[in-house]
Amino acid sequence: MDFGPFFLLAAMEGAVGAAVLAVTALGLSLVFGVMRVVNVAHGEFYMLGAVIAWWVTSLLGVHPALGFLAALIVSPLIVGAIAGAAERLVLTRIHYDPEATIVATIGMLYIIQQAVLMTYGPDARPVQPPFDFRIQLPWFGYSGYKLFVILAAALLMLAVWWGLTRTRVGLMMRATQFDRETARAFAIPVDTVYGGVFAVGAMLAALGAVLVTPIQQAHYLMGHDPLLLSFIVVIIGGLGSLRGTVLAAVIIGMSDGIISVFFSPTLAKIIATLAVAFVLVWRPQGLFGERPA
Amino acid sequence: MLMVESLDCGYGATQVLRDFSLAVDRGEILCLLGRNGAGKTTALKAIMGLVKPSAGRVLVDGTDVAQLPAEAAPLHGLGYVPQGRRLFAELSVAENLEIGLMAGDKAGRGGPAAARRDDALALFPVLRERLNQRAGTLSGGEQQMLAIARALCLEPSVLLLDEPTEGLMPAMIARIREVVEELRRREVAILLVEQRVDAVLQIANRVLFVENGRSRETVEAERLRAEPALLDRYVGVGH
Ligand SMILES: Nc1ncnc2c1ncn2[C@@H]1O[C@H](COP(=O)(O)OP(=O)(O)OP(=O)(O)O)[C@@H](O)[C@H]1O
Ligand SMILES: [Mg+2]
Repeated sequence: MDFGPFFLLAAMEGAVGAAVLAVTALGLSLVFGVMRVVNVAHGEFYMLGAVIAWWVTSLLGVHPALGFLAALIVSPLIVGAIAGAAERLVLTRIHYDPEATIVATIGMLYIIQQAVLMTYGPDARPVQPPFDFRIQLPWFGYSGYKLFVILAAALLMLAVWWGLTRTRVGLMMRATQFDRETARAFAIPVDTVYGGVFAVGAMLAALGAVLVTPIQQAHYLMGHDPLLLSFIVVIIGGLGSLRGTVLAAVIIGMSDGIISVFFSPTLAKIIATLAVAFVLVWRPQGLFGERPA
Repeated sequence: MLMVESLDCGYGATQVLRDFSLAVDRGEILCLLGRNGAGKTTALKAIMGLVKPSAGRVLVDGTDVAQLPAEAAPLHGLGYVPQGRRLFAELSVAENLEIGLMAGDKAGRGGPAAARRDDALALFPVLRERLNQRAGTLSGGEQQMLAIARALCLEPSVLLLDEPTEGLMPAMIARIREVVEELRRREVAILLVEQRVDAVLQIANRVLFVENGRSRETVEAERLRAEPALLDRYVGVGH
């Protein structure tokens, strides 16, 4: 293949990765933005989303499209419920103390990972794509499902943006983010908002994972890369900035995809991590963050 | 309307309020007067439930809100204008008002939201021209108006104002005073923290002196106007 088409292919792969990453990182960004805590277990909620997607589709044994649709609904709900319960049981007891939360979510990371290893096992298992449509370009054919992933991710992000800026629940979240105490003085149930945001953050990770399972198999260790990349995106984009998260996800996801295709995935991670170091040195509030954190 | 009975409270191990009591009636302005650090802001926070009292009661129309979570206070008609305004700086003026309206909706108080909003904006017409501006970019005076309007959006029966005239020009101070007097005419119970003695004497019905976290005497403003010497004891005017 010539360089041109090869580059196009790499860019399309990058766009798919960027789309999934944007959804996943948005969850981490939302939790950090509103609650000011770092959720180290975020990648495990992603993994859990993928494993439950496999479980739902194989248990139902219906047409792949129906199974996928069921997974798209059931998996985020279960993951959200688990995250909500973990938040009630653990994070409320340590009063969202930033350091304690890091340690507590590291604990969650291992508990979830080992629980999945013991029940689901060490195998990687695929989920059938909901449809097999291929788009034939002059140089190569491309999976229609992957283009669907990009579209679905864009719609999800629009929905999150709409929810945050155009609904009362979103307004409560933003008010809580900017001033907890005053929010409470105006009848905003800050504790409930926290629980909800933590659950929604985990649900976004699960949604990203359900989208990815027809492309990448579900495995109990699959949460590491998304966690690392989400952190990179959130730091580069600016903590708690929705726009920044999306833009940084596009930059990091695209370059990760392209560099992975032309060179190696390891080099892609090295470059992304270096980019974080430079951003932290020259622009600690992130590229799009408005105030220093 | 609002009765605070022997409140004890503080932050962690440091106790700030001791045996703190007060009472405000409908259509009355009670001013809290005391030195910096006396505990005035803490008293308002305790009434709002933002600092949990270790003893005592906060009765709003007979209900003890001290036992309820902080987010319940506005549901019982408590409106709060905090010291330093505490606007949601990144949100627009309209969104800040919306937060007050939401609290009012939850409380099921007053008229429909649109009417409450119009009412609050009628008192501060300048805000109407700035609805889409980010609250943090308003001038100090506009921010204070917004902080008051936000609290009025829940149509409070008790309004707590913590130094609403801090750092403002005389014209703005006069405007805020007019609004507070208008609210008194509307039978709102008003608890006002104010440092400037002349302003207190002009507007208050009664004055409560706060000293070292304790509520000392409550004096009729009229008596205070006749005997300014009383002021010396608590706020050390002229020293
Ligand atoms: N969050 C806090 N943690 C610990 N101590 C606090 C806290 N907030 C206030 N204090 C202390 O409580 C005491 C009373 O403070 P408060 O803010 O109520 O005073 P104030 O009367 O409102 O003063 P000012 O006139 O300066 O506003 C002070 O000694 C202060 O240092
Ligand atoms: Mg004060």
